[in-house]
Amino acid sequence: MESLQIPPVDLRLLTPLLIVVGWAGALLLIDVFFVPDGRKKITGYLAIAGLAVAGLAGIPLWNLSGSTFSGMLVLDRYSLALTWIFLIAGALSIAVALDYLPRHAIEQGEYYPLIMFAVGGMILMAQSADLITLFLGIELLSITLYILTGFAYPRVASEEAGMKYLVLGAFAAGFFVYGIALIFGATGATSLAGIAAYLGRQPFAPQEETLFLAGASLVLIGFSFKIALVPFHMWTPDVYEGSPTPVAAFMSVGTKGAALAALLRVTLALEEAQTFWLPILAVLAAATMILGNLGALGQSNLKRMLAYSSIGHAGYILLGIMVAAERGAEAFLFYILAYTLTNLGAFGVLIALEQRGEAAWSIDDFAGLYQRRPLLAVAMALFMFSLAGVPPTAGFMGKFFIFTAAYAGGLGWLVLIGVLTSAIAAYYYLRVVVKMFMQEPVREVRPELTRGLNTEILIAGVATLILGLLPTPIVLLVERSLVALGG
Amino acid sequence: METLPILSLILWLPTLGALGLLLAPRDNAELARRMALIVALLTFVVSLALPFGYRATPGDASTMRFVENLPWLPMFGASYSLGVDGVSLWLVLLTTFLLPIVILSTWDSVHTQVRNFQILMLLLATAMIGVFISLDLLLFYIFWEFTLIPMTLLIGIWGGSNRIYAARKFFLYTFSGSVLMLVAIIGLYVLHRDALAIGQPGYTGTFNFTTILANLRGGALQLDATIERLLFGAFFLAFAIKVPLWPFHTWLPDAHVEAPTAGSVILAGVLLKLGSYGLIRFNLTLFPEASRWAAPAIAILAVIGIIYGAIVAFAQSDMKKLVAYSSVSHMGFIVLGIFALNHEGVSGAILQSINHGLSTGALFLIVGVLYERRHTREMAEYGGIWKVMPVYGGITLLVTLSSAGLPGLNGFIGEYTIMQGAFLAPELSWPFLGFAVLGVVLAAVYLLRMYQTVFMGDLRNPENQDLNDLNPRELTTLAALCLPIIALGLYPAFAFEPMQASVGEVLTGIATAVAGR
Repeated sequence: MESLQIPPVDLRLLTPLLIVVGWAGALLLIDVFFVPDGRKKITGYLAIAGLAVAGLAGIPLWNLSGSTFSGMLVLDRYSLALTWIFLIAGALSIAVALDYLPRHAIEQGEYYPLIMFAVGGMILMAQSADLITLFLGIELLSITLYILTGFAYPRVASEEAGMKYLVLGAFAAGFFVYGIALIFGATGATSLAGIAAYLGRQPFAPQEETLFLAGASLVLIGFSFKIALVPFHMWTPDVYEGSPTPVAAFMSVGTKGAALAALLRVTLALEEAQTFWLPILAVLAAATMILGNLGALGQSNLKRMLAYSSIGHAGYILLGIMVAAERGAEAFLFYILAYTLTNLGAFGVLIALEQRGEAAWSIDDFAGLYQRRPLLAVAMALFMFSLAGVPPTAGFMGKFFIFTAAYAGGLGWLVLIGVLTSAIAAYYYLRVVVKMFMQEPVREVRPELTRGLNTEILIAGVATLILGLLPTPIVLLVERSLVALGG
Repeated sequence: METLPILSLILWLPTLGALGLLLAPRDNAELARRMALIVALLTFVVSLALPFGYRATPGDASTMRFVENLPWLPMFGASYSLGVDGVSLWLVLLTTFLLPIVILSTWDSVHTQVRNFQILMLLLATAMIGVFISLDLLLFYIFWEFTLIPMTLLIGIWGGSNRIYAARKFFLYTFSGSVLMLVAIIGLYVLHRDALAIGQPGYTGTFNFTTILANLRGGALQLDATIERLLFGAFFLAFAIKVPLWPFHTWLPDAHVEAPTAGSVILAGVLLKLGSYGLIRFNLTLFPEASRWAAPAIAILAVIGIIYGAIVAFAQSDMKKLVAYSSVSHMGFIVLGIFALNHEGVSGAILQSINHGLSTGALFLIVGVLYERRHTREMAEYGGIWKVMPVYGGITLLVTLSSAGLPGLNGFIGEYTIMQGAFLAPELSWPFLGFAVLGVVLAAVYLLRMYQTVFMGDLRNPENQDLNDLNPRELTTLAALCLPIIALGLYPAFAFEPMQASVGEVLTGIATAVAGR
């Protein structure tokens, strides 16, 4: 009898992932047995500490690269850079939730480990070089998010959001798995390297090609759903609106970022299939930029507006993915970082203004904010200008990098759509600024600024400004992180 | 000159002042005004080094002086490069000159949130100076776009009753106009990089204006006629909206009328000049062939703007609106001069940019003086003001005549040179000169009518009986503006002189294009 071959496993390469997931598991137990009710903040702080430790543990890996589990998981600087971005996103999302949860009487210790699991899923996606592990990452992320969206469960909207997300997400997962199966049927491989090797052996049998294309399309649909690309975006506004705001904040940057990162790796690995991907992605990007921004125009609910704006931004990021080889990958990483910080900042302000037991995030509540809380209003203005892409903010630099890469990559017409939709977007972002600075308060809204929230908004604000004014160090870091990717 | 980064000093002094103001107590209006004034005066004094230190002779390889160069985004070849030439020199000086005047005027016209007003004004100054002195296209764009934020807030927070509409319109109009310019800048960068990468593989490209221009003229980068026209168009749209050229002018009356006096002065005085400066610096210099191609059409738009602005100004009963529409008319002259594409036209356009900044700035201040006293700008409410406010009346007469182009004052020199340029341009010639002259006549009509209605005649309205004449502060601001108005009128050569080499440099490409025909 032949003994089962166990491939060599190098766990060092997965240090951050293992720390996050392991810590999250342990934290669940610690929370139940050692953290008394009413002091669940301790769990939150522990979770942030865990994410920080994972981040620090990643530093020695910078000069390391390699793959493990038979090449299913890889570590390179690209995945490491993404890991750090995701850790930051997770930590900031926890920071804003520390006081949000008790204020809305939905404080449960599980919230924090769940976010950590989600971050673990995102890291897994960034490190995947195999469709199976990729799927694993997506599911780990999605399942925790199903719970998190419904976290405010006495509120019907939250439950509805959770349900909606679950049902649609399950469908998307089905598409994704079926796509993997078809691709496997065609190529006999699930690893990106294996599929690429197969594609390199063209020409192949017509049935196999059909099978592969069908599989690739299904996988793309799965991605599109997670990224919320038009026309797979319908769930986004409802789910964001219904979920607790810190969760919406996390989703807007986390799910999107991780799925886009994985998509980038897939498209880059399967360069042979570029002729198939590119036209589809181009249409998706164009539709996403246009409809996302148009959809945001009519919103008077700020949470929904940010949801639509996040759809629009996914369109811009997609441009970077399409021209990954033309420095698009760099632009992509920078944009993801800029967008993560800016958007989390904007959601942070939203959380500060959110009153207990209210389901409305009307833009009118922002009226006259400048007179009551000047610093908060200035911070929000900064985030809005950054999202709109007005210099000197991170958002402008991100857009500039993306557009430059896309133009150089021959996607001039998409760049044109990009800048025109940015002009449309300026309208609704400016509306918030106008409300805050130029109008009188409509009703009494008392912003609650706690330590966690203050810190988060401060970090996001300062980072948004620094990335806009002196982006060079970050760009250098990003550039180096892509060496291994061959981009 | 190498040792002291004068341009950086001028550029960042206002920002430093703004940061300093952030530390000042919020409610101490007097302190904030004084701090801002000191910073502005300091900036002005430093900027005086520019005209005295600027030397350039025709035939120089580059007429840029005070050049500074620091790497900023080396991987994209974007750098922090600054420099002034004869074109930007006077515009920088105009900005630093108007800044203390504007801040001085806030004692009388801004009464709420004074500190924040000063902060925004100083930030705006940095952005505007940055536009004039950036030699890097990306840096230029950043300053260009950043001007929007403080100006929008200035209009929207301290403006009149319809301020929100005006602020929003201003922002969206100009922002939409500029995004295409971003594409053009990126396009130029990529085209340049790809063209040079043939000779030197791995070339990262550059956003440096001087380098790109040198390669364009040297033939290392050759633009297809269609591409050149598209790039030209994208830049042109952004600048035409800012100028504003008819029919892109509709944001201007709203913004001007609603903005606080200080905002209007800076808007008319400097912000509009960003557009005319951009046309000269980028459209004419980078795309000479396309400029020649588009010149007649643009000149027609300019002439329409001249006549239209004048007629609409004549129909106004509100003084501020009248001045706002007169801006449309006057800026038409400037564009006409630019697209005459000859030495006279462009020099005249630059000088007229300065003149318009001085005279129209002064006119807005003058309207502000009456508004502060009576809180109305309707001309019918006044009449015979000269009798109660003689000093004010005298200064207004001077400024009005300057704006109407009376010989001996600055406006005449600028308009005359522009008309000379238009006449000499083979494509424009007689008809354009005719319309321009008509514009001058109309300007005299609506400006003098305003003067007549407000200042002459009998003092009919009893509410005007006890109006006080100018206080020392108002007198200082207006007198300071009158000084260059007279000086430029009597001896324009000191402004024209340093311009010549640079204007020649700008027109080099055009001259080659003509010769190549």
